[in-house]
Amino acid sequence: MMDFIQRIGQFLQFSFVRYALIVGVLIALCSSLLGVTLVLKRFSFIGDGLSHVAFGAMAVAAVVGLTNQMLIVMPVTVVAAILLLRTGQNARVKGDASVALISVFALAFGYLMMNLFPTSSNVSADVCGTLFGSVSILTLSPWEVWVCAGLALLTVLIFIFFYNRIFAVTFDENFAKATGVKTQVYNLIIAVIIAVVIVLAMNLVGSLLISALIIFPALSAMRVAKSFLSVTVTSTVISVVTALVGLLLAIGLPQGVPVGPTIVVVQAAAFLLFYLVGFIKEKVKV
Amino acid sequence: MAQLLCEDLTLGYDNGAILEGLSFSVEKGDYLAIVGENGSGKSTLMKTILGLLKPLKGEVVFGDGLKKYEVGYLPQQTVVQKDFPASVWEVVLSGCLSKERFFPFYTKADKARAMFNIDRLGLASLKERSYRELSGGQQQRVLLARALCATEKVLLLDEPVSGLDPVVTAEMYDIIDSLNRSGITIIMISHDVQAAVKYADKILHVGKTPFFGTVGEYLATDKGMAYLAEKKARKEDE
Repeated sequence: MMDFIQRIGQFLQFSFVRYALIVGVLIALCSSLLGVTLVLKRFSFIGDGLSHVAFGAMAVAAVVGLTNQMLIVMPVTVVAAILLLRTGQNARVKGDASVALISVFALAFGYLMMNLFPTSSNVSADVCGTLFGSVSILTLSPWEVWVCAGLALLTVLIFIFFYNRIFAVTFDENFAKATGVKTQVYNLIIAVIIAVVIVLAMNLVGSLLISALIIFPALSAMRVAKSFLSVTVTSTVISVVTALVGLLLAIGLPQGVPVGPTIVVVQAAAFLLFYLVGFIKEKVKV
Repeated sequence: MAQLLCEDLTLGYDNGAILEGLSFSVEKGDYLAIVGENGSGKSTLMKTILGLLKPLKGEVVFGDGLKKYEVGYLPQQTVVQKDFPASVWEVVLSGCLSKERFFPFYTKADKARAMFNIDRLGLASLKERSYRELSGGQQQRVLLARALCATEKVLLLDEPVSGLDPVVTAEMYDIIDSLNRSGITIIMISHDVQAAVKYADKILHVGKTPFFGTVGEYLATDKGMAYLAEKKARKEDE
């Protein structure tokens, strides 16, 4: 145990570790915000779909040789998010089907590109890193840290600003529309926020595990909290705490475990805990 | 001038008309029941009145001080709402979000209006409770309070008593009746013709040959009598 704490202490001396912690917490903060909305709109898997799109875009960016991959990944993901969420109601291909469709295609396309035009000698390691997050959070440049932090804060601000409308659109879209709320605008805002969050979160947990970051905190909070506000706040707290614990574990464990899976396992444990608490609460009341 | 005027309306979706030649009007203080068989286009008509759907032909004209977005709406419950984590207060307050407003937060006036409507529907003791824990009747009252936050002029109720037990159904009809007496125009979509005839003062029967008129006129038509008799027979069978 002393070793563990000492290791963390040692690592915290490095600025890149401190950056990783700051960015990790900020990403966790904003990724949990929309979890409730997505779970309730039956869009839990949109995170997966979009992150695969982002993976494909990232592969293209790598092949083209862009050093600043965000420039291509962000717009592509935003467009995909808008298209996917827009198909929600009246589409010929239903929401979940179109998510599956786009996500597998983008994944396949990305992997194909990386193999056709390899940019490094070890494609498998590259792919594995992008999918599971490996150590990329520890290799962020200061510029990337600022961008991540800025986008995360912007996301939180936009969410707070439109909180009431996002609630209305999530709870009852038709009612909101009938009373003149511009639901399409808010669906668009939700889509853009999700896309930004996913591109950011890829740094933290990799593209295969993003859904966990979005859904676990929301589902955990929904077990115990009763109002939309308390669910939102609780899920944010859960998300930040679990991300922090996961990051510290990943840094502190001597085996050198990857950050992404560690965070996800911690979140799963938290979910189990909240599930039990919710269960007991119900029993006690009856 | 009527609050709502429809003349020779054709409704439907891209792939064809569902309702044709529909004409009716709603005056201030009316209690209009829209009845018809399943699939006759009741929901389509409702969506058109709410502005969620454009008519294929003709238009819905709003008048007598009523604007397009001032129709309060009590929807049928969706699956999503059944386990939605929201307090009664949050749901009712969300009715206050209206069209011409940029300011994203609720004002004092909004909160007062929400509180007024919560009291009006006897929900004060449930204010902090979670919406998903309430009974069906209580949930309907919450949604009704939300609709009242959106408007004080016209309420459009979509099958307001579906899924409720007889006692709660009677309560719900009483509430609607008292809202109507306080001057709110009611448009109720219902498949329960018995209740429609009992509570409403005008009937719009949608279908192949639409009927629009007072309850008395409706009962005198063959269709009204046949429909009532059929319904009655079916009820007795059950």
